[in-house]
Amino acid sequence: MFQVRIHGRGGQGVVTAAELLSVAAFNEGRHAQAFPSFGSERMGAPVVSFCRIDDREIRVREPVMEPDALIIQDPTLLHQVDLFAGLQPEGFILINTAKSFGELGLGDFVKGFRHERLLTVPAADLAREHTGRPLPNAALLGGFSALSGLISLDALGVAIRERFGGGVGEGNVAAAQAAHRWVTDEMRELAGAASN
Amino acid sequence: MLRQIEGSRAVAEAVALCRPEVICAYPISPQTHIVEGLSQLVKTGELAPCEFVNVESEFAAMSVAIGASATGARAYTATASQGLLYMVEALYNASGLGLPIVMTVANRAIGAPINIWNDHSDSMSQRDCGWIQLYAETNQEALDLHIQAFRLAEELSTPVMVCMDGFILTHAVERVDVPDQAQVDAFLPRFQPRQVLDPDEPISIGAMVGPEAFMEVKYLAHAKQMQALELIPAIAADFEAAFGRDSGGLIRSYRAQDAETVVVALGSVLGTIKDTIDELREEGMSIGAVGISSFRPFPLDAVRAALGHARRVVVLEKALAVGIGGIVSANVRMALAGIQLNGYTVIAGLGGRAITKDSLRSLFADATADRLDSLTFLDMDWDVVNRELARMGASRTSGPHAENILLDVGPVAAGPV
Repeated sequence: MFQVRIHGRGGQGVVTAAELLSVAAFNEGRHAQAFPSFGSERMGAPVVSFCRIDDREIRVREPVMEPDALIIQDPTLLHQVDLFAGLQPEGFILINTAKSFGELGLGDFVKGFRHERLLTVPAADLAREHTGRPLPNAALLGGFSALSGLISLDALGVAIRERFGGGVGEGNVAAAQAAHRWVTDEMRELAGAASN
Repeated sequence: MLRQIEGSRAVAEAVALCRPEVICAYPISPQTHIVEGLSQLVKTGELAPCEFVNVESEFAAMSVAIGASATGARAYTATASQGLLYMVEALYNASGLGLPIVMTVANRAIGAPINIWNDHSDSMSQRDCGWIQLYAETNQEALDLHIQAFRLAEELSTPVMVCMDGFILTHAVERVDVPDQAQVDAFLPRFQPRQVLDPDEPISIGAMVGPEAFMEVKYLAHAKQMQALELIPAIAADFEAAFGRDSGGLIRSYRAQDAETVVVALGSVLGTIKDTIDELREEGMSIGAVGISSFRPFPLDAVRAALGHARRVVVLEKALAVGIGGIVSANVRMALAGIQLNGYTVIAGLGGRAITKDSLRSLFADATADRLDSLTFLDMDWDVVNRELARMGASRTSGPHAENILLDVGPVAAGPV
């Protein structure tokens, strides 16, 4: 089972992101379970959502406490919430920011993890470019598809179009594709740096 | 068709496939998405003929359902928590009058203190109001139980509550097989009411009944629930034949046949319990589970047959009967009358406290070693409780519990869990 925890703020589409991820996994024939953190959500407040993906029925109903991946939609949460709690040593992190982990002040933190699995992508900027709004969720999922290989960009595109339709759907698919390219390039650079 | 949808959406579509003619509802979390979905289906004409009535309260919602059902319309509503409590007087009327209304209860805690999260306090408070109560373990089962509930309610002329865990199921997006209209039509016959209010042939229903006949009329609600003990498994078998899924029934056993320790629970926590049991079985523990699908009627014989061989029974329940402890466990003990075994009541998950595999593992380890108290509160922070008890002891004017305890535990940001 692969477990994802998504952090963001109310209004950023955190719950929708988990749902889209689960639909993308479902589109690929897998079992998936997405659910929100059930708080009294309001605009701007910290919000958490979860997604589990497996090849068999998912029965467990506890919150995701030991995630295999973290998607962080709002880097300002770094100073407010214990975002990295329970992250597995082999875990992935994708943060919506134009900064690097070092610039975010996370240089020491990342030492215990696999560097090539900890990336950032300016998802809000890419979303603004392609949809006119800075909602980073679809773009982040595109980046996550590249980073983790957990879901294909095609299955994600189908899920995004199903959810939004029309121009909003196309814009979000384009943002997801752009973020996928961005992360793919980043990974290639990292691999290049490692082999040099 | 297999779809990846929210539990509330699955239930809305299941209800729509049952062709209700009147839906009345008042919004309350976590039930709201269900009736929002249904109101959309009525508005777009996908569900027709059906009248969607926006009412001013839950008391009105149940009253409209009663009126609609008495005129021979298939009637549905949904609620939760304080909403269910607000309709209590009407609940008793619906069952006393024998009106086959189906209602979803998206289980949620009851205040005070106010709390929107899941436990079973709401439906458990209405266990004796004359409604049948079915509990869903998954969103697939929630969907399936609604289709079975209309048939059960109408065959017996008695109302049915389908209880599903608020948020944990209602807001979870997962794989659900949604049947098509022809399948549901073949399974669920047209509603043939036993009694009809018809202006062309006027009758009245709801007579005042004095001591000379009250017990006899009242007994009939019980007689119907005893009939339901036969009918619920029969409908589940028909459902399996028609839809290919084993859903509902009275109880469901999981690796319990040969287990020394059997855990009893209701609703979605059974999934977490089953995963925990699989892990403990691999480690050699003799443990299994029994899920109670039908809490009213309570299947005494089936529970006795499923648990009678065990050395110990752990009843894990999401409600607290203040002043005694367990509700489900009291019923289970009645089923086990005369059988010697160790029985434990565990109150868990009140007000949405997560029930985790880690907590269950240590709980079950304590149980199998017979180290549990007869009444246990899972993951209770006793330091917090004891500090408030100390404040109460120290001062006659120690103030309100909820506010004192919130000050004590400090601000809790929306953390990872």
